Amino acid sequence: MPATLPADKRLKILDAAIRKQQNRPDALIAVLHKAQELFGFLDTPVLWHVARALRLPPSRVYGTATFYHLFSLKPRGEHSCVVCMGTACFVKGAQKLVDAVGDLGGITAGQTTPDGKVSLLVARCLGACGIAPAVVLDGTTVGTITPDQLTARVKEWTHGS
Amino acid sequence: MDHDELLRIADAERAKAKPNEIRCCTSSGCRASGSADVLKQLKASVAANGLNDTLTAVGVGCPGLCSAGPVVMSHPDGGMFGKVTAEQAKGIVAALSGGATDAQRIDPNQPFFRKQFRVVRATAGQIDPERIESYIAVGGYEGLYQALQKRPDEIVTDVTASGLRGRGGAGYPTGLKWATVEKMPPGQKYVICNGDEGDPGAFMDRSVMEDAPHQVLEGMAIAAYAVGANQGFIYVRAEYPLAIERLQAAITQATKAGLLGANIFQTPFEFKVEIRIGAGAFVCGEETALIASVQGLRGTPRPRPPYPAESGLWDRPTLINNVETFATIPAISRNGAAWFAAIGTDRSKGTKIFSLTGKVKNAGLVEVPMGTTLRAVVEELGGGTADGKAVKAVQTGGPSGGCIPASLLDTPIDYESLGKIGSIMGSGGMIVMDDTDRMPEVARFFMEFCADESCGKCVPCRVGTVQLHGLLTKLVERKATRHDLDTLVELCQLVRDTSLCGLGQSAPNPVLSTIRYFAAEYEALLQPEEFARPPRASVIPLSVV
Repeated sequence: MPATLPADKRLKILDAAIRKQQNRPDALIAVLHKAQELFGFLDTPVLWHVARALRLPPSRVYGTATFYHLFSLKPRGEHSCVVCMGTACFVKGAQKLVDAVGDLGGITAGQTTPDGKVSLLVARCLGACGIAPAVVLDGTTVGTITPDQLTARVKEWTHGS
Repeated sequence: MDHDELLRIADAERAKAKPNEIRCCTSSGCRASGSADVLKQLKASVAANGLNDTLTAVGVGCPGLCSAGPVVMSHPDGGMFGKVTAEQAKGIVAALSGGATDAQRIDPNQPFFRKQFRVVRATAGQIDPERIESYIAVGGYEGLYQALQKRPDEIVTDVTASGLRGRGGAGYPTGLKWATVEKMPPGQKYVICNGDEGDPGAFMDRSVMEDAPHQVLEGMAIAAYAVGANQGFIYVRAEYPLAIERLQAAITQATKAGLLGANIFQTPFEFKVEIRIGAGAFVCGEETALIASVQGLRGTPRPRPPYPAESGLWDRPTLINNVETFATIPAISRNGAAWFAAIGTDRSKGTKIFSLTGKVKNAGLVEVPMGTTLRAVVEELGGGTADGKAVKAVQTGGPSGGCIPASLLDTPIDYESLGKIGSIMGSGGMIVMDDTDRMPEVARFFMEFCADESCGKCVPCRVGTVQLHGLLTKLVERKATRHDLDTLVELCQLVRDTSLCGLGQSAPNPVLSTIRYFAAEYEALLQPEEFARPPRASVIPLSVV
């Protein structure tokens, strides 16, 4: 059995969210969203906790968490740079954006810099095709961005704060 | 809520309107360009100039021209400004009373706006999506009221007569789908709205959910009444937070107003709606996979039949339609089936929204009658390419669609014509490409997407897409021979014919259509046979599989 979670405030909020869903098994995806929002990622103790609360086999919780792209079982960096790789962004040079940030941090898409500052991610399509190429920097969408502008923004994270 | 009360709300809202309005787009695209600040400054300027009695600044849905965002419009004089910054807000307010402004003007009479025919997006850019009163003032929920005056089977007959076909991509007759669910024995039935718009390059459903959330709810309620359902779900992808927020607000407002919940319009009809948020899986756009996901499972499809119309959510009869399909219903209910059937072509009725993007001058959303030619959309409405280069191809239908070469731009846009030339209507993504785009690379891009998004349940799709991606990579890297190209085509046909669901069945489309129309580009990449030994057996290392 994996270790149980230490009692902290985030766990109480998660439990309240589960109660609000009346511990229904079909609320699994909503509960996982909430857990990831609270903890940043889904580690094994969190998944076990969710399984117990919804009375589901852990295999099903794990199977669902690994199936969907938005759930992460690894911790993410302090800042996130999500480059949209939809078709409109692709034809407008999104790959150059990924390469530019990747070169800067010495990482590839899906990875986090060794200092844990920046995660570089790709999204399938943000639906912001009218302003392609688009990126999401710490939750804020920015459109029609060039590789130079993007690396400047990422440098602010690594050199600032 | 009764009909008189609905009319009273509409009258009160119209009476409250000031003679002039400044409208600022608050949809995702313009928001990303800073429209929230623009709106704030517009409001502040109106107040600072003491114009509150004659002028209001409001946030509205997307007027369509996303490439010029943030867009600000003045009503009723029809003025339009693009790329507006917060600093320019003051000048725009001053310009209404003859002052000067340095804001960039947009011609509201250019073909992009003039040549559209708006049914689904009729109110976008005119009403505040966050207020139910704003929607009621332009005739909102009138369609639901009128539907409730009829028998359910009469509505199904109407929808059938309108000729509406599913806007999610496949074009299945909507009336036939509704009739199947309606004919199932009474008992628990469900209505699901498919808002999992996963096609890269498509954003019309996002826009409809953001700009007219009440219109989607109204369409769902009419459908629920017609088929005998009392519970609805809207499945929205998590990448669309603003759509989720506005739909949630709309559900709360409509429930409070008595337009959702029990005894709607004082009839025994009862209908509740819940939102289900996706978690990133393209395959969930497939209806059986979507149903699994609503139930909290992995989003894997299952073989049909039984179709969801007979056995869907929790094995109950379930009606699944796309966002745009539901959003079309209120207009059909208000204006009649004959009105709708008069728009479009013989077999494809009504209008369709396209998201026109890529190397095009006017990128954004266009709604045109079915049967409009691709050339009209790309060259007249879209204004051709941004830098005046020649259009090389138009990609329609996303990873399930195909690339249409410039020589076929005179093809009318309808389900059958696009199918004949190896593409599909799909959900309505339309990506313009020019001479700098290499078709084998585009095909590889789509195959990478499909391999990544395959749910893994059936072998042809799980293994086939990876192998196809491997072969395309070999081609793009100039390591492939004619033998590989032949294998590519053969494998495309195999994956298409043997996959379980639409994802695998259509994944080869972009490859086959680019080989068909741009064969020379593939040929140019081929290497002589002797440089590539040994062939076949070890073409792709097993580790890739």
